[in-house]
Amino acid sequence: MTETALSLAAAVRNGDRTARSVVEEHLTAIEAREGDINAFNLVMTDSALAQADAVDAQVAAGEDPGPLAGVPLALKDNMCTRGVATTASSKILEGWEPPYNATVVDRLATAGAITMGKTNLDEFAMGSSTENSAFGVTHNPLNLDVVPGGSSGGSAAAVAAGFASLGIGSDTGGSIRQPASFCGVVGVKPTYGTVSRYGLLAFASSLDQVGPLANNVADAAALYEAIAGHDHMDSTSIPLPALPVSSELDHGVEGMRIGVISELDGSGIEGISADVQARTRAAVDALAAAGAIVDQVSVPSVVYGLSAYYLIAPAEASSNLSRYDGVRYGLREDGANNEAMNIASRTAGFGDEVKRRIMLGTYALSAGYYDAYYGKAQKVRTLIIDDFAAAYENFDVLVTPTAPTTAFEIGAKTEDPMTMYVNDICTIPSNLAGHPAMSVPYGVGDDGLPIGVQVLAPLLGEVAMFRAGAALERSLV
Amino acid sequence: MTVVYFTRDDHEPIIDPAIPEGWELVVGCEVHCELSTETKLFCGCQNKFGEEPNHNICPVCLGLPGSMPSVNAAAVEYAMRLGLALNAEVQGSVFSRKNYFYPDMPKDYQTTQFDLPTNVGGHLDLPNGVRVHLERAHIEEDTGKSTHIGGSGRIHDATHSLVDYNRAGVPLVEIVSRPDIHRIEDAKAYASELRAILLAIDVCDAKMEEGSMRVDANVSVRPLGSNELRTRCEVKNINSIRSLGRAIEYEANRHIDLYNSGESPNQETRHWDEAGGRSISGRSKEDSDDYRYFAEPDLVPLVPTDEEIQHIRDTMPMLPAARRTRLLDASSADPEAVDLVVGRGQDDLAFEVIAGGGNGNSVVKHLTNNLADGIGQMSIESFVALLQMETAGDLSSTQTKTVLADLVATGGNPTEIAASHGFEAMDNSELEGILDQLIAENPDEWARFAGGDRKVQGFFVGKIMKATRGQADGKVVNQLMQSKMG
Repeated sequence: MTETALSLAAAVRNGDRTARSVVEEHLTAIEAREGDINAFNLVMTDSALAQADAVDAQVAAGEDPGPLAGVPLALKDNMCTRGVATTASSKILEGWEPPYNATVVDRLATAGAITMGKTNLDEFAMGSSTENSAFGVTHNPLNLDVVPGGSSGGSAAAVAAGFASLGIGSDTGGSIRQPASFCGVVGVKPTYGTVSRYGLLAFASSLDQVGPLANNVADAAALYEAIAGHDHMDSTSIPLPALPVSSELDHGVEGMRIGVISELDGSGIEGISADVQARTRAAVDALAAAGAIVDQVSVPSVVYGLSAYYLIAPAEASSNLSRYDGVRYGLREDGANNEAMNIASRTAGFGDEVKRRIMLGTYALSAGYYDAYYGKAQKVRTLIIDDFAAAYENFDVLVTPTAPTTAFEIGAKTEDPMTMYVNDICTIPSNLAGHPAMSVPYGVGDDGLPIGVQVLAPLLGEVAMFRAGAALERSLV
Repeated sequence: MTVVYFTRDDHEPIIDPAIPEGWELVVGCEVHCELSTETKLFCGCQNKFGEEPNHNICPVCLGLPGSMPSVNAAAVEYAMRLGLALNAEVQGSVFSRKNYFYPDMPKDYQTTQFDLPTNVGGHLDLPNGVRVHLERAHIEEDTGKSTHIGGSGRIHDATHSLVDYNRAGVPLVEIVSRPDIHRIEDAKAYASELRAILLAIDVCDAKMEEGSMRVDANVSVRPLGSNELRTRCEVKNINSIRSLGRAIEYEANRHIDLYNSGESPNQETRHWDEAGGRSISGRSKEDSDDYRYFAEPDLVPLVPTDEEIQHIRDTMPMLPAARRTRLLDASSADPEAVDLVVGRGQDDLAFEVIAGGGNGNSVVKHLTNNLADGIGQMSIESFVALLQMETAGDLSSTQTKTVLADLVATGGNPTEIAASHGFEAMDNSELEGILDQLIAENPDEWARFAGGDRKVQGFFVGKIMKATRGQADGKVVNQLMQSKMG
């Protein structure tokens, strides 16, 4: 892509381009390749054009159309859009149209961004490949035989394919960062509580966070600033405005203390491929060359993150997904009585992975097992927070690979959930701690597919994180 | 709410004459109170009874996908006020999810409090001195309301059901007592005292018939002298204090009958059938009680400050028990009349009148008998003046009642009103003359009266009242008749 989101917005704002022409251009791109990629569950052609015309009218009237005026955006289909089907890529929500907008959706509209459509995801954001979807598999635009990652694979693919300049994803265990890594785009999971979850269909409430996908760090920063900031509708929202990251991007990493987590550099755990390790080392070297003080740091408990996550997330999911019972909305399958109707609807409406996690989570919370599973997982979570706190006494940001490998072939990991789960080993600790983290593309692997490097920061450490991310990006040019 | 009851220390068995001999009744109550806040617990919808079905609803209280709760600060304050009124400890608290499927519960989990409730411990003293200890008083959301169509009207054999979500998300406080209640009358007194407290601190309108106060009774029995806690049944659907007594009596007898025939009751929820005068088995508690509680991740803990708690203490109105003692001390009136006056919230009025110089006993008597609907147009000063006229003997009780009714209706000066009715203090010697004349005119009747037939007393009193146009003091007439009889 030659044009960035920010340059498009600037062109629309100063009247060099109409929002309509920008949207039409992207609709043409969608028409050309969407059949192969399947990034969208729904392309919102009419409303996108109408939104574009409204932006153009604002510009013509001399009104401020917002910082992202006319920028096409791909919205993950687990965020509520008033009057527009919102499916979480599940059959269980068949026919449901929310009567309200997610807070993020309202903020995007205020910022002038144009929603091109609702993107595919692993059902209820449970997965790492966008293969678990009632709307079919999404293909990686860089190689149609491989997955785009997940669960925000549709948004990552849409941005990578040029269907939209910006994407919105949600990240519970890596669902923004891993697909960003696989598709060669920037993906950010902000600090838990900085972007409102109101209107995000919950997977695991204590871990879910909405965040940006973009072709470059500056675009991601602008999108973060448009969506972050306190929302009274979300009780876990931090009462602060968005942190000013865009203005900090050029400040470099001179003197910044950057730690490389030794447990996740390939020596600590198995499965991180040689090319990923090599690109991560290259990234660290580049930061050192840019003036950062780089050293190894041990965060011992991160290796237990995956196990803790696969108890906590399914436990919360088992409760969050109870409401899909066939009574009020979505799919209803008849049954002889109410309970039989509940069971029939849920059996027909949920896919295998969702069912697997509901069962795992129900078990983990059951009387007699709570302490051994859910209770213990929460203790691991506390350990991880403590270990990170110790690390951040000496470092400003930390670096790891985003994903253990480049994008894998479609179907390669669907038979064995455990190998799929291991994809998230580097990303999960940030969700458990509530910390911000981002993936920045840093070259390609032996197969020519992109590799992302992950920058982690402490709570509300977005400024340092974006600075490091921008420095990485600059070092590639 | 499932509570583990611990065996209490030894105590003298408390015998309820309504329970078959040899058995002791053991009751604990779980009372759900709907808080009378303007809006619901987690959203801005109106908290209002009696609206069109599904009128007061929004994405949050409907539990629509993506919606999230925000705590209503007023509801938390009401709950803390209730806790302090019940002598509980107010603490930092955490909401939890209680997971189970039910069609009138929009999220298929109830947001409630589990291991860290807002109020812990506490007690409620009954008017007869019995102390009922409390486990907790926690905040939770109410469910919607189902109407099952077809079959028996219960969900299991209905053809279809209608659900009204107006009530979903209405704030509740559930007050859980220990099994400290051993007499049916004490259970009724517990509910009625709790109701009085709820009304006094203005957190709940406490209408059992509308369900804004719902009393469930955990009933068991044990052999007199034993300290064990036997299998209990939770009896629900009790719509009045009278029904509470009936339901406990029925349930206790059912248990005793089972034990006497060598069986035992099952631990279960039972529904009180008021018309049939019996309890009906509901779902069994054994197989359905794993609610998989965990801390609600969509809400943050409630951490009241010492200042907030102190403010609630400082603004706490005087509670019914203290108000009863205060009025009893000031009036030396009959305790039951005092209960009634305090129950109607007329005790402050009584104090004003007493402070103005009204006789305490008379104030309570008139409030109880003649002023159920309040004092209307009557000023405190007029009320005091009227009572003083009555005490001084210037007006008979009948005349006082007449003047009182006028004062309530139109206000004014009691002396003038009494004069306008022609009420003047009568000379008792004049009365004696009238009575002598009546005795002379009606010798047979007088003979019957003198012979002990008290029924003819009214005959003479009526004649005297007629002769004096109602100005005679009935008490004086009675005394006069007694003295004439010798």
